[in-house]
Amino acid sequence: MAHPKSARIVSLREAVAEHIHDGDTVALEGFTHLIPAAAGHEIIRQKRRNLELIRLTPDLVYDQLIGMGCASSLRFSWGGNPGVGSLHRFRDAIENGWPQPLQIEEHEHAGMAVAYAAGASHLPFGILRGYLGTDLSANTSVKFIDCPFTGEKLAAVPAIRPDVTVIHAQKADRKGNVFLWGIVGVQKEAVLAAERVIVTVEEIVDELHAPMNAVVLPYWVIDAVCEVKGGAYPSYTHGYYKRDNSFYKKWDAISKDRDTFLGWMDKHILQTADFDEFMKSIGAQV
Amino acid sequence: MAEIPYTSDEMMTIAASRMLRNGSTCFVGIGLPSAAANLARLTHAPDVVLIYESGTIATKPNVLPLSIADSELAETAETVVGMVEMFQYWLMGGKISTGFLGAAQIDKYANLNSTVIGPYGKPKVRLPGAGGAPAIAASCGEILVTLRHNKRAFVPKLEFVTSGGHMEGGDSRAKLRLPGKGPVAVITDLGILTPDPETKELVLTSVHPGVTVDQVVAETGWPLKVAEQVKTTPEPTELELRVLRELNERTAKAHAGQA
Repeated sequence: MAHPKSARIVSLREAVAEHIHDGDTVALEGFTHLIPAAAGHEIIRQKRRNLELIRLTPDLVYDQLIGMGCASSLRFSWGGNPGVGSLHRFRDAIENGWPQPLQIEEHEHAGMAVAYAAGASHLPFGILRGYLGTDLSANTSVKFIDCPFTGEKLAAVPAIRPDVTVIHAQKADRKGNVFLWGIVGVQKEAVLAAERVIVTVEEIVDELHAPMNAVVLPYWVIDAVCEVKGGAYPSYTHGYYKRDNSFYKKWDAISKDRDTFLGWMDKHILQTADFDEFMKSIGAQV
Repeated sequence: MAEIPYTSDEMMTIAASRMLRNGSTCFVGIGLPSAAANLARLTHAPDVVLIYESGTIATKPNVLPLSIADSELAETAETVVGMVEMFQYWLMGGKISTGFLGAAQIDKYANLNSTVIGPYGKPKVRLPGAGGAPAIAASCGEILVTLRHNKRAFVPKLEFVTSGGHMEGGDSRAKLRLPGKGPVAVITDLGILTPDPETKELVLTSVHPGVTVDQVVAETGWPLKVAEQVKTTPEPTELELRVLRELNERTAKAHAGQA
């Protein structure tokens, strides 16, 4: 039984330094909305290596982590630049092993979702009517089992228990209780499945004023809360700023060529101290 | 009616939108399916319930979403649920009558590939992958598929089956005991294909105006079965074209405005 935690309100730099280590399994979750972009950048700045990344929808941040050589494996269910096309760094790693080979374990969304739910429940696997009639199961750790009651063939997906889950949310209070709303994806499950939890938020407030039944994650399941305004850019934070679709289109050109990518990452991420400086360096505002 | 010129893509979207019944509950894929489903909602099917895998239920976007989880989808939804609930209770739970999917490739039994072109371990083209599609293909009551018709897409054998259609034909899907009955129509920019009731092989049943059967056969990577009497898809109506173009204009304006 885990002891109740007590979230500390710290800088993102401190949170990543303390909680994310080389070789960890790390889930930065967010389904197009509330993507923890700032946290991804900080992991790159601190040059973490051999991370085993997990996420339903690896997008730009994972493209950056993979292209900068932070990741050795990826468990996922859809890897693309939403509304634009390919993730070039992700593809280059899979197709050509650049900058290093990326081992992939590829699922369907429903399988990833129940695997997080199983992780949050401390069950060994999630169960669903899935993977049947597809070639997906041959390339995953999914096994088929017979229902003990009806005999129906069902898919069992090993639980996801990340060493660290990172999410972005709208608000936290000064104690570290976190409140998020809008499209909330699998973030609640991913947080409750993890050993350690970092949450970046748009703002820290005195009172959350969360309506009943809202997604509120209490300070005692969270390790670190970091205030990072705009921290989901170029994705969006509902109620704060919109998705910058133009950046997703620009990313296609930035990431297509290895040298262009490395130059851009060096200038805008490695040479900037934090997310504020990054935003200024690319001339973005939220 | 035929005085207004239209493109083959417009014909495809309009033909696809007509397949969606008013009052159905529809799990919508992004891209071509999303355009068709919203056109249906704005024309003949005002009571269709559109659901996107991001958890947005009964959403009525004023512009087409660029991504599967645009804020527009959340703001215009009747409710927004988490993804475990979305896939488990709503989709696997059998609440959704129609799934509307696109794909990179399709075979003659309407199995779909959105994963890789080339060998899986050493792909020629790495595509985004499955997303929610396999669960949609398995669990919705029936499936509509829409994609552009050419030999790169309509292939004799898929190198990767991402989403199961009618498997190897006949009763092979039934034997897997998937809850939904699988693809009932494939709508392309050239015509409409439907599975034979027995063999489940796709049969060309309708060509769009101005398209010949030979043309469709030539763009299909396997010897395409053709119905004895191939229909001609009714031309787009003035209303369908106007609503589709207004929707596309609003969409272009909304997405361009975020530079």
